[in-house]
Amino acid sequence: MIGHTIAKTIERIYRDESRRVLATLIRLLGDFDLAEEALHEAFVAAMAQWPADGVPDNPRAWLVSAGRFKAIDVIRRRARFDDTLVEIAYELETAADDQTLVDDQHVEDDHLRLIFTCCHPALAPDAQVALTLREVCGLTTEEIARAFVTSPPTLAQRIVRAKTKIRDAAIPYEIPAPAALPERLDSVLRVIYLVFNEGYSPSSGDAVTRPDLSGEAIRLGRLLVTLLPEPEAIGLLALMLLHESRRAARSTQDGDIVLLDDQDRSTWDRKLIEEGAALVETALASRRVGPYALQAAISAVHADTGDASATDWGQIVGLYDVLMRVAPSPVVELNRAVAVAMRDGPAEGLLLIDALLARGDLGDYHLAHAARADLCRRLKKFEEARAAYERALALVQVEPERRFLEWRLAKLPN
Amino acid sequence: MRYLCLVYGEETKLEGFSDEECIAYDVGLRQSGHCVASEALQPVATATTVRLRNGQVSVTDGPFAETKEQLAGFYLIEARDLNEAIQLAGRIPPVRIGSVEVRPIRELEGRRRDPGAHRTGRA
Repeated sequence: MIGHTIAKTIERIYRDESRRVLATLIRLLGDFDLAEEALHEAFVAAMAQWPADGVPDNPRAWLVSAGRFKAIDVIRRRARFDDTLVEIAYELETAADDQTLVDDQHVEDDHLRLIFTCCHPALAPDAQVALTLREVCGLTTEEIARAFVTSPPTLAQRIVRAKTKIRDAAIPYEIPAPAALPERLDSVLRVIYLVFNEGYSPSSGDAVTRPDLSGEAIRLGRLLVTLLPEPEAIGLLALMLLHESRRAARSTQDGDIVLLDDQDRSTWDRKLIEEGAALVETALASRRVGPYALQAAISAVHADTGDASATDWGQIVGLYDVLMRVAPSPVVELNRAVAVAMRDGPAEGLLLIDALLARGDLGDYHLAHAARADLCRRLKKFEEARAAYERALALVQVEPERRFLEWRLAKLPN
Repeated sequence: MRYLCLVYGEETKLEGFSDEECIAYDVGLRQSGHCVASEALQPVATATTVRLRNGQVSVTDGPFAETKEQLAGFYLIEARDLNEAIQLAGRIPPVRIGSVEVRPIRELEGRRRDPGAHRTGRA
């Protein structure tokens, strides 16, 4: 029987190191599935040998080495049926068991390789998310399926297709060249933010928030910033931390929505706010201010005051002005209009939203109609407010938002 | 590793590209050793589609399907991996207004194998 402390140690090492070991094994073996098998075998070997030999000084290097040798055995067995594998087995065996290959810099590089490969734009977006959660975060297929309200077989298929594409199209396991880095980093950030948003306000179903996915996204964001301290990576982490700081205040016990204005700010997590605000400063200080940093800055302005009525809406509108230059979109325009309404009065905001809708933008976006309804209500245009709430209700997808809109509609005076 | 780059574009927009520009890119690609084959195609109106159904050959005027963007040409390239193929495809002139589909070549069993083929995807 394995000793209790050894078992605990191996568990801890699995939690802390298995992803990095996997990343290196993928590079050495050139295949995701083989690397996963090798990782599993390496830990099996650890459980068998460490009780007798003791925990090695460099567990990660030991595991990589063990994994590699187990993989060679697997390849040699398969080579009996496939000549092309003979050469691979030979090369793996004769490659020097170089300790530097598992030093910190190489491991960091391998980790980045893994992240960038899982988020390669040649993979379908939902495949990027599934693969990242599986390989980089170590979630099981069942956990991922549950989080995205899909069936495990569907999700497993998605991951298999992604790995097949990586193999058949020869997507290389590498950190993108500097010229390609901005676009490729964009892809990674998009995946992380998507995961965060699924955890924060899932696209369908009952719960207002799903804590585990948001936590994973923040962990990923922190990892990315450690490996690649680019301003937009920092900006995204700041944005997620600031959103997360309001988790306790964002919904009632029954899962009903509490608007920013009405939230009990004493429940906001001040440590997360401080960390997020500091990261915003860092991101904004760089010459390359991007959309995540700007959205984080807006969030930080809200977080700056314990009293909603003291919010600096002028600063927020100013930040939206910059955001409209850097990354214009109808949704940003809508959010800016809401901020303008707070700064200049509902009539001003309504003009902007009406212009947006008249252009044909956001006609199917429930929040556009909800925002319009709210401004009409504040202007006492109750018939228009009613129509807008009804339009929003026809489009809303999530239960808590539906209940909120119905409540607002019911509260309109007849 | 070989890839076929299929160049698509709206024909009216493609008229804006000079032959000189396309030839210049092609020459560069050949000199770099990446080009296995490349051709421009006559417009889609010159296409003929052939099918065989229930033993009957059917010949129809035009492409296999009406599409918003039409096939204008192709490059069969040799690249280290998909990233390099993407880089090369990104410099094909019509990519500015059209689309280039990058498809890996499938080595069929029994055909003479490209010695590098089994090492796809490795760093």
